[in-house]
Amino acid sequence: MKVVFTTPGDTLKDPLDNRFGRAAKFLIYDLDSNTFAIKSNEQSMTAAQGAGVQAAESVVRTGAKALVTGHCGPKAFRVLSAAGVKVFNCSAGTVAEALAEYTSGKLTEASAADVEGHWV
Amino acid sequence: MTFRAATDRGLTVAIASGKGGTGKTTVAVNLARVMGGPALLLDCDVEGPNAHLFLGAAVQREAVIELPIPVVDEDRCDGCAECGRFCQYHAIISFGATAMVFPDLCHSCGGCMRVCPHGAITEVGRRIGVVRAFQDDNVELIQGCLDIGVPLAPPLIRAVKAQRQQRGLTLIDAPPGTSCPVVAAVHGADYAVLVSDSTPFGLHDLTLAAGTLGELGIPFGVVVNRSGLGDGRLYDYCANEHIAILAEIPDDRRIAEAYSRGHLIVEAIPAYRALFERLLAEILRQTVGGADHVNL
Repeated sequence: MKVVFTTPGDTLKDPLDNRFGRAAKFLIYDLDSNTFAIKSNEQSMTAAQGAGVQAAESVVRTGAKALVTGHCGPKAFRVLSAAGVKVFNCSAGTVAEALAEYTSGKLTEASAADVEGHWV
Repeated sequence: MTFRAATDRGLTVAIASGKGGTGKTTVAVNLARVMGGPALLLDCDVEGPNAHLFLGAAVQREAVIELPIPVVDEDRCDGCAECGRFCQYHAIISFGATAMVFPDLCHSCGGCMRVCPHGAITEVGRRIGVVRAFQDDNVELIQGCLDIGVPLAPPLIRAVKAQRQQRGLTLIDAPPGTSCPVVAAVHGADYAVLVSDSTPFGLHDLTLAAGTLGELGIPFGVVVNRSGLGDGRLYDYCANEHIAILAEIPDDRRIAEAYSRGHLIVEAIPAYRALFERLLAEILRQTVGGADHVNL
């Protein structure tokens, strides 16, 4: 099973990005093989609007079943829910710490968006 | 003073500013009142229309404005995602399941409906606001009022502007700033009046507004409001850029008092009537050559 983390970097030691739609990259961690890949989110980062929707679509296309990020807005949450991707809000400093919190069951699945949407 | 049709297609003058709170509405409503003949004023500040407060008129008619947004027929949609690939606003997406629509992001272009190979998309109206008409003495006021929570002002502004007359003078009270709503409001105007105070902040935003009008190819002049405030840099800027200063409205406490009570300056302080008449004459001189076309 794959879990997506938001990050500005390329390694597990890099920070977990608080933002979802405007995060620079997604770190896609494979829990079965303990390997990871990086997917750019530049297209959403620079979008005039709808960054959350586009980023959510991108996460869905990775085949991941969970997303660990700082915050997730209403439109992105709607897309992720419809695709069966669970959202976990996390305040960990690094991706490695967030991964540890996720695997040890410390994170609770979000039942709704935890922040408001943004206007253009 | 009576205004006669200046050209066959009429004359449209937008009252705009960079900075907010400089006196756009004050200039617009007082200009409309001193026109003598029938005046059409379009309040295009649809996120906060307030010209009606100074005219004390009752609503004569009101129309609800809707925009078309897509609805997806689940039975016909096979999740091919053509719609989502087409939409640059991410207002519709699909990933193997029925497409999802985000009405707040939709710009009502109708593209998703056209590219759908299965005919699964139709459109339904979504209310964005109302257009209201008022009549007060010589002034007909058309106002757009955006519904709370609706992010898209330009379509409503265009609905207000659709009321523009083909003859005579139409005044447009534009929103502040330089973003899409301002462009929508001033687009197509023959001339713009930029209202600014002579503070550093006013000057800074005036330069942005001047740049926007330059891009749009709309000639303009400046009205200095609350003159005497701030410093002389606004005047230096206008002189260097060869921008006409059409009028100066003094920093007079009586004007602020009349404004705070919702009164027109030209009625509360009749001595100022001549100032607005001169401003109107100057605008006409800048646009259609003035007296030849105006019955003074």
